[in-house]
Amino acid sequence: MTMPLIFEKSKQGRKAYSLPKSDIPGKETTELLPDWAIRKKPAFLPEVSEVDLIRHYTELSHRNFGVDQGFYPLGSCTMKYNPKINEDVAALPGFNNIHPYQPEELVQGALELMYKLGRDLCEISGMYEASLQPAAGAHGELTGLMLIKAYHESLGEGEKRTKVIVPDSAHGTNPASAALCGYEVVEVKSDERGGVDLTSLREVVSEDVAALMLTNPNTLGLFDENAVEIADIVHSAGGLLYYDGANMNAIMGIVRPGDMGFDVLHYNLHKTFSTPHGGGGPGSGAIAVKEILAPFLPVPVVKKDGELYTLDYDRPDSIGRVKGFYGNFNVLVKAFAYIRSLGAKGLREAAETAVLNANYVMRKLQGRYHLSYDRDCKHEFVIDASYQLKHGVNTNDIAKALLDLGFHAPTVYFPLIIREAMMIEPTETESKETLDAFIGAMLKIAELSESSPETLQEAPHNTVVGRLDDVTAARRPILRWTPPEG
Amino acid sequence: MYPKELKYTEQHEWVKVEGNQATVGITHFAQDQLGAIVGVGLPDEGTTISKGEALADLDSMKTADQIIMPVSGEIVKVNMTLETQPELLNDDPYGEGWVVVIEMADSDEINELMSADEYKDHVAKEAGA
Amino acid sequence: MNYVPHTKEDRSEMLSAIDVSSVDQLFADVPLEIKLDRDLNLPAAMSELELMNYMSELAGKNISTDQVVSFLGAGVYDHYVPSAVKHIISRSEFYTSYTPYQAEVSQGMLQAIFEYQTLMCELTGMDISNASLYDGATGVAEAAMMSSRITRKQRIIISQTVHPDYRTTLKTYAHNLDFDVEEIPFKDGITDFEALKELISNETACVIVQNPNFFGYIENMEIASEIAHKEKALFVACVDPISLGILASPGEYGADIAIGEGQALGIPMGFGGPHLGFITCQKKHMRQMPGRIAGETSDNKGRRGYLLTLQAREQHIRRERATSNICSNQALCALAATVYLSWLGKQGIKELAEMCLQKAHYACEKLSLVPGLKRKHSAPFFKEFVMKMPLDPEKISSDLISANILGGLPLKRFYPALSDSMLIAVTEKRTKEEIDMLCRALEGLV
Repeated sequence: MTMPLIFEKSKQGRKAYSLPKSDIPGKETTELLPDWAIRKKPAFLPEVSEVDLIRHYTELSHRNFGVDQGFYPLGSCTMKYNPKINEDVAALPGFNNIHPYQPEELVQGALELMYKLGRDLCEISGMYEASLQPAAGAHGELTGLMLIKAYHESLGEGEKRTKVIVPDSAHGTNPASAALCGYEVVEVKSDERGGVDLTSLREVVSEDVAALMLTNPNTLGLFDENAVEIADIVHSAGGLLYYDGANMNAIMGIVRPGDMGFDVLHYNLHKTFSTPHGGGGPGSGAIAVKEILAPFLPVPVVKKDGELYTLDYDRPDSIGRVKGFYGNFNVLVKAFAYIRSLGAKGLREAAETAVLNANYVMRKLQGRYHLSYDRDCKHEFVIDASYQLKHGVNTNDIAKALLDLGFHAPTVYFPLIIREAMMIEPTETESKETLDAFIGAMLKIAELSESSPETLQEAPHNTVVGRLDDVTAARRPILRWTPPEG
Repeated sequence: MYPKELKYTEQHEWVKVEGNQATVGITHFAQDQLGAIVGVGLPDEGTTISKGEALADLDSMKTADQIIMPVSGEIVKVNMTLETQPELLNDDPYGEGWVVVIEMADSDEINELMSADEYKDHVAKEAGA
Repeated sequence: MNYVPHTKEDRSEMLSAIDVSSVDQLFADVPLEIKLDRDLNLPAAMSELELMNYMSELAGKNISTDQVVSFLGAGVYDHYVPSAVKHIISRSEFYTSYTPYQAEVSQGMLQAIFEYQTLMCELTGMDISNASLYDGATGVAEAAMMSSRITRKQRIIISQTVHPDYRTTLKTYAHNLDFDVEEIPFKDGITDFEALKELISNETACVIVQNPNFFGYIENMEIASEIAHKEKALFVACVDPISLGILASPGEYGADIAIGEGQALGIPMGFGGPHLGFITCQKKHMRQMPGRIAGETSDNKGRRGYLLTLQAREQHIRRERATSNICSNQALCALAATVYLSWLGKQGIKELAEMCLQKAHYACEKLSLVPGLKRKHSAPFFKEFVMKMPLDPEKISSDLISANILGGLPLKRFYPALSDSMLIAVTEKRTKEEIDMLCRALEGLV
């Protein structure tokens, strides 16, 4: 059955809204505004009753899969459980209904929270100062690179350092952020253990390099044992090190990017610190930096003056601002609540369990699925469909078959350096029973790929729609509903 | 697959020379590598572009690429049909899928292009690599 | 509390299944020299009850608009958020999901985004909308970059009456891309279009004007659009979505790109975020649009469905040549806006906008009667306007608090020349009684 759009449920004259009766002497719009300022053609918004409105979006919610519905092993996205208490504290009126331009004395609780969260994030990453302003991971990356650029400019080397090195296994946002910051992107190859190839790195590092962007553990879920040496190579040429914090969930309380030699990192608070992903956002891409980069942080920075928390705009070397106001505050509240519920031991246990869960699933799948790097992984691992491909079943087929079995699919076709990749991140909040059920499903799919590949090629069968025609969608884009003629 | 009468570039464009004008498209190999092409970004007529610079953007389902100017000159004709039917680049790369016609600035540049046989070797090398 | 479900037995069974003696062994590849040899220095873990008490205490240190009557706006508005919106965005099928990569199990969010795109196109009178951006400030920066890609020019002209945070954000982005950003001055609170004519050239990528502008005034967008187009520059309109219930839409005055802050559409002020950046454009610019876009298609049985489309523009395919590095959207905020606009409907948005307009004009009239206060400018306005104060506006603002009033924004921090002035916002939430209360309080102060 085709699900109607809200517009298709509209009937002229219906309404869900109610507005207070006007208690002031009303004037006509035409009296208050010049004619040229007034809209001629009204916006075609749907007219529905409240009950229809609620039923429509409730029905849509039934057609959506979240962590609360089931296992969501989407690699690199850390789809851990989102604690309900975090939603409740973030909805407190004292956090939700405050205006960003209220005088500082009236938002001391909000500023205190931001200050303390900033300090916690510095401690967890081994950094000096934080900015909570970036709205998402990619935004944090961009901000971090801007800081690096400002740093080189302050040394008079802005013109000279034009390159940013990115491993071939990196997230796509890394090169895109570097380009947006005006840098030329140089790719460096991975070695046979899945880490950065040191020989290739030495070849590309020179006086024109501004930074190396890296995530460790990397997108293969593998810890790069040469972290310190990599940092030395880049630092000795005058470059800085950027840490992509997408994979922080593997190392909290165990090893810190600051101690590995990185100069700046972004966090994905919506991954590591359990804030929900909201169907694609909002997230938060808070960053933390070493002392050398602190002067360049975006303004304002929350400062503590005695007992008073203030917003410091007086930072002459700051890059400016990267967003309106102070960041996605509501997300910050949830991340702070999470850190404070777990404490040091809880964070470490979360990381250890995430790694245990990933290794458990990886070893149980090994043999039936091809594993490119046979090493202990961290919080995630990458397998591929090369065994299944022999029977005509590819990664996409496996992903779709998982949907039929009640699981979300892993991240697919990434990292790019592995053909038919499936990147699996179970997270620490999943029980052994859930993991076993997923493993069972994956093994069943492996079996079906031999016995009945066509079932998989046509999957999913049990979802509200089957495989969608993405080629036609891109060639003949329909990006909005159009009212019928007349 | 690689018509004899055409000239070719290393980046997989074909060029058909007629007088001082050159029609440009992408080769069978290029469209096969790109997979289903779903969108193009075409230049305006009257634009002058140098050899080696980007001529048009190509979006496919799995990648995004650019068509590179094989010879310098002014764009005198643009195949606007590709905007609504990008699949012509896949289905008929040497015919309906042509991209632009260039009024060449320096017709000597065509001597730097490959013949069909040379291009065939080039493709074989690239496919083998 | 750390939400880890394993029992001791689970753990040892799992360890032995993978043939490892302890979890530490799984970290053997982390060099000892960099391993943390202590616990992180963080406060002790809290139980749920302790956490609720602690967070309530922090929240209690803020004064919320539940406690005071607010006349503060300047880009973030105290509009009413209907219950329907709160209940829908609290459904965990939505808020605990990720970006809808697996379309078959994400039809709910994808269809909601498709509806959102339609609503934003309708509201702004444009052809194409994306699935949303971070906020209004980054929206301005994205629109400038998009204009530069389309025109292949690097000069951006922006009015000084555009929100100051948006302009500083644009400048931060522009610095790294070697864009020139020039500002058009204002006269009597309105963009000086004569000055724009002087500034603009055939090197200009776009002209950005906000309507209503930062001061709440109505700009003549048609004139601005004409000046921009005459020089083949794009015209970018930054708009308040609520105002579009009555104000001419960007489509009507020929804007190429419309952007804005969507917080007013059912999203709490939340100390400045998360909010909602929206961006719409004319069809010819579709492939230069940044960010996620949902599209309609059909499945293998001919059933209508939705998916993320035009992905070749995006970073995971195009990498360093992407239209933007953005790889998320504010989906949940876009969902809130979708439910909000559907709640209002065709009539509601108009009535709401009229109510803001009328109440703001009532407030302006009454305030002008307070001795010592007068309008700073004379331009027509929507729901905000600038009042000249007889005393330091910052002092007035802090004195108003004792009368349980959150006054308007003292403009000094953004416009030193307007240090005697306050920007006052009036939404549908303000009653006659509250406006009169503000007037009485001010009479007592000045």
